[in-house]
Amino acid sequence: MNEEPAEPEPQVAPPTAGRGIKGRFFAFLAVGVGVLAGLGLFTFGYGQGASYLSNDPKGCVNCHVMQGHFDSWEQSSHRHVAVCNDCHLPHHPIGKWVTKADNGFFHSLAFTLENFHEPIQIKPRNRRVTQEACLHCHADLVHNLLPAESGGDMLNCIHCHSDVGHAFKD
Amino acid sequence: MSSAAAKTPATKPKRSRGPLLLALLAAVVALATVGVAALLISIFEHKQEGRTPFVRLVDVKETSTDPVPWGINWPSQFDSYRRTVDDEETERGGSSAMPASKLDEHPWLKRLYAGYAFSIDYREARGHAYMLYDQEVTDRVTQRPQSGACLHCHASIIPTYRRLGLEAEGKEADAETLANDFNWPAVMEGFKLASAMEYSAAHNELLKTPDGTPGEKNPLFPGGNTPNTPANPPASEGKPSDGEDDVGTGEEAAGKVDEHHLGDAHPVACIDCHDPKTMELRITRPGFINGIAALAESDDPVPHMPSVERWRKGNRQRPYDPNVDASRQEKRSFVCGQCHVEYYCGPKETLFFPWQNGLKIEQIEKTYDGHKFPDGEPFYDFVHGETGAHVYKAQHPEFEMWSQGIHARSGVSCADCHMPYQREGAMKVSSHWVRSPLLNTNNACQTCHNVPEEELRDKVATIQGRTTAQIERAAVALTDMLDAIRDAEAAGATEEELGLIFELQKKAAWRLDFVSSENSKGFHADQEAMRILGESIDYSRQAEAAALRLRAPKAPESTREVVPVEGVTPARKN
Repeated sequence: MNEEPAEPEPQVAPPTAGRGIKGRFFAFLAVGVGVLAGLGLFTFGYGQGASYLSNDPKGCVNCHVMQGHFDSWEQSSHRHVAVCNDCHLPHHPIGKWVTKADNGFFHSLAFTLENFHEPIQIKPRNRRVTQEACLHCHADLVHNLLPAESGGDMLNCIHCHSDVGHAFKD
Repeated sequence: MSSAAAKTPATKPKRSRGPLLLALLAAVVALATVGVAALLISIFEHKQEGRTPFVRLVDVKETSTDPVPWGINWPSQFDSYRRTVDDEETERGGSSAMPASKLDEHPWLKRLYAGYAFSIDYREARGHAYMLYDQEVTDRVTQRPQSGACLHCHASIIPTYRRLGLEAEGKEADAETLANDFNWPAVMEGFKLASAMEYSAAHNELLKTPDGTPGEKNPLFPGGNTPNTPANPPASEGKPSDGEDDVGTGEEAAGKVDEHHLGDAHPVACIDCHDPKTMELRITRPGFINGIAALAESDDPVPHMPSVERWRKGNRQRPYDPNVDASRQEKRSFVCGQCHVEYYCGPKETLFFPWQNGLKIEQIEKTYDGHKFPDGEPFYDFVHGETGAHVYKAQHPEFEMWSQGIHARSGVSCADCHMPYQREGAMKVSSHWVRSPLLNTNNACQTCHNVPEEELRDKVATIQGRTTAQIERAAVALTDMLDAIRDAEAAGATEEELGLIFELQKKAAWRLDFVSSENSKGFHADQEAMRILGESIDYSRQAEAAALRLRAPKAPESTREVVPVEGVTPARKN
């Protein structure tokens, strides 16, 4: 964010007004940046920021609105074989982090501003991600159903199998 | 917090932009800090909300039928509870306009209920807030004697039962005793006593019971603050309902407060479903306690009530008790089933739910058919005014109908659709604005049904449209039957001949009534509703045919030859 000031140490120099004031100002700014960094670090810790970088489903429940989705996942048929990230993130090493960052930012924004649709609805892009995730494991089983050319029309698995990841959803 | 104090003494004009940039930098740092602090506070608030905190500022006890003090402790629930005065479903909404008369909209109802108080006043339902007021002012109560049993469901009456029970046992029944202990035996005893009273007497007993807000006489909702004048003796002719606002006894008696007036009467309030100590859901109505225990003893499969199934497999040492055995999810339906059920609530016997043989319509019918009043007379609800048949009256069997439907089978409770969760920050709150899910399809349906609202509404409209059309068809069959029976009697049919037809009339009317008085127009169990209506039409037409046959001359033997099958094409004639 901000460059650290080059000369933070206060010099007891001859009182040339300009430099003294500038120096003091940089010191002042350094304190400000320090406060910001400290507050940021504390907030990151208090908000369990590190958990969002993990694969642990409990990280997703930090955001209280996801509690219901977590509960229904715990009762679903996939609870032993897939966590949130297995279905809701691409399995591509770069795409995974891009999607994580994108969803992480917009989920936080939505919940902080509380301006999202309820019940929560999946975005088209994220629905494509889940579809790919189904195929990541089940492609061999359903390859007869897949389009001949990539990008062709395809049935959406969760249109029928909606409760494999979250029980009691039709 | 850091803040930039921009200083602009222009000592060196050459370098005047330096301080400005620095000031800008400081401002950016300050703004970023504000943002991070705001985020921190927001996370903190959500964490607090996530703990669903409440502050028990007021001590609510077993007599606190007045919901206002509860509202101080649980404001979110109370806010939505208060909204039950809002009424989107009738076009005549507003706090004093009575809802539209069903009798005017469906004239056949007058014939279905001929000879019964429902034929003089029967209106569209409205919000919970009005349940007591509407009962106080309906012509059914003001023009006909009714029993105190009606208040089992229209008032927050449990402390009154407890007081009557304690007094009958000669025990102390002061405010403190009533407030400290639920005391089931006393409640059960008082329930029997109040059921046997006249309506107005039982209503006055309500006002002699403390309601948890001493000295405060303004009920939150209409009605319930004045003694009810005794019902008029049966008039020779009932005042026809004109659909205009009725000034009922509740309003006429306003201001006549007798000296025993301790509390106000309230419609269903917090205490009717919640334990004041723990806020847990709790069944309070004796009728349901007895009814569900009888149901548990039966062998009607109830897969939507797992705890009943478990109790049946157990040792059955004690009766099934929903407050001990039922899960929270089951109780989210049971608290509604305390009242939204079929029951007998007349003067001849203590109120009961007819579930000994099961919850299905023919099982309830079997219970009634085999039931005798305490005086030995076979059970019936009323004598039909047009034919003299002894028939049954269905109340609002929502719980029974829901039990036959797909939602119950899938583990969906009443509250899931009628009181769906609302989010307040990170807090989940059940909406206590109990109302039709159609007014809130987003929260009520889409939590499970991942399809557009329009599609959901169309589905419901289809089901309700078909059911309504079938109700109307069954009503035509019913009125045709009544005409045919009256004609047969006029033509001199004997009592014995008519007796068999009366049995068919009873079955037909009971089935039509069961569906038409059930508040979902078939949605709670669509196939079941159609099955019942089909049977109703069948019984009506059977009765009609039998009545017509009584008058028809005997037909000669038919001599027409029954032609055997000859193959696809007739044989050629060469």
